[in-house]
Amino acid sequence: MSKPAELANLIGNINAGGGGVNRNVIINGAMNVAQRGTSSSGLGAATGYFTCDRWNLYQNGTAGRLTMSQDNDAPEGFSKSLKFACTTADTSIASGESLQIVQKIESQNMQHFKKGTSNALPFAVSFYVKGNASATYVAELEDYDNSSRHVGKTFNVTTDWTRVEITFPADTTGVLGEDNDTGIALNIHLHSGSFNAGGTLRETWGTLSQADRVGGGKTSFFDSTDRTFFITGVQLTAGSVHHDFIHESYAETLAKCQRYYEEPFGSFRAGTGLSGTLAVSYDYTVQKRANPTVTVTSVGNRDAISSHGIQANTVSHCAEQFAIGSGVSGSYVYGGQVKADAEL
Amino acid sequence: MNITKAQYTTAEKEMIKATIDDMEMFVPLDPSNRHYAEILKQVADKKLTIKEAD
Repeated sequence: MSKPAELANLIGNINAGGGGVNRNVIINGAMNVAQRGTSSSGLGAATGYFTCDRWNLYQNGTAGRLTMSQDNDAPEGFSKSLKFACTTADTSIASGESLQIVQKIESQNMQHFKKGTSNALPFAVSFYVKGNASATYVAELEDYDNSSRHVGKTFNVTTDWTRVEITFPADTTGVLGEDNDTGIALNIHLHSGSFNAGGTLRETWGTLSQADRVGGGKTSFFDSTDRTFFITGVQLTAGSVHHDFIHESYAETLAKCQRYYEEPFGSFRAGTGLSGTLAVSYDYTVQKRANPTVTVTSVGNRDAISSHGIQANTVSHCAEQFAIGSGVSGSYVYGGQVKADAEL
Repeated sequence: MNITKAQYTTAEKEMIKATIDDMEMFVPLDPSNRHYAEILKQVADKKLTIKEAD
């Protein structure tokens, strides 16, 4: 980029209200963080978070299956992408079928878009995509605070990395609440039945019209087991100027992701003959968005432990209590690992 | 979200132990928690009952 272009980009960043840094409300847009694992196969039967942090795979009713992975194939300036590879095709598409990649954004992080006011700003969405063959999909913004008002635009995929820039119009209707629940979601529609694709794609904000969320004539990701889709560098900023992707350190992205999910370890040393109960506290690295759901993933040194379970749970820590049945026979360190999930 | 079992962990109803997508999870009674919100939805739809604590 030339010096004048760099300066114009910086001025644009500042004018967009973020002081030139961290205006991207998408978290982990460069797909660098994958706390849950780097690959998950056989997906398509359930909605959830599987690989790259913050990216939700939404499905409804499809027989298609895929592998979702963090991949090293990425455009210049990036090291990772999120890859989808179809492993079971689904060419008999029932009305309600859907496959989407979704990132939900807290309402309180969207206030500077001034949505629902006369001074509302446009939404500048950009990302890089690639596939095994040409394809046309839909990117959509959905307003969870206002009965799923929505707006969508198509984008094209080729066999080379392509940067997509979409400017969604400002919405002067529907103020976003200032809270920690979902305000806006960015949905990438990869497969849709007529329930979402039976109408005409709505390219201006409006009340929920399911058939117009995707409209007709789009590619189905599940049309062939050859089908792949890669995406990275996802950015959503306020205003109509599309800025270069705002890179941040791995540590910064990880901390942002840990507001929604982390897997802390905890331990407690027990002496010989100890019986009764032991409590292990897991202090979260980052305060959670809300009280998280906790899953116990492992328990170390099980000598004399008769039962265990989560006893306390807040946005800052949880405590696991162990019942010691007949007394510890030696000096042991008890501990384990939990998963704390406060995703939207 | 496939929820096959839900039970309060204590008589004071401080938390729910649930089996969600074949995983045992401890779900806080926080309306902003997505698992609790889904449990409430399924209870309202009469698809799920939260058992009292043992």
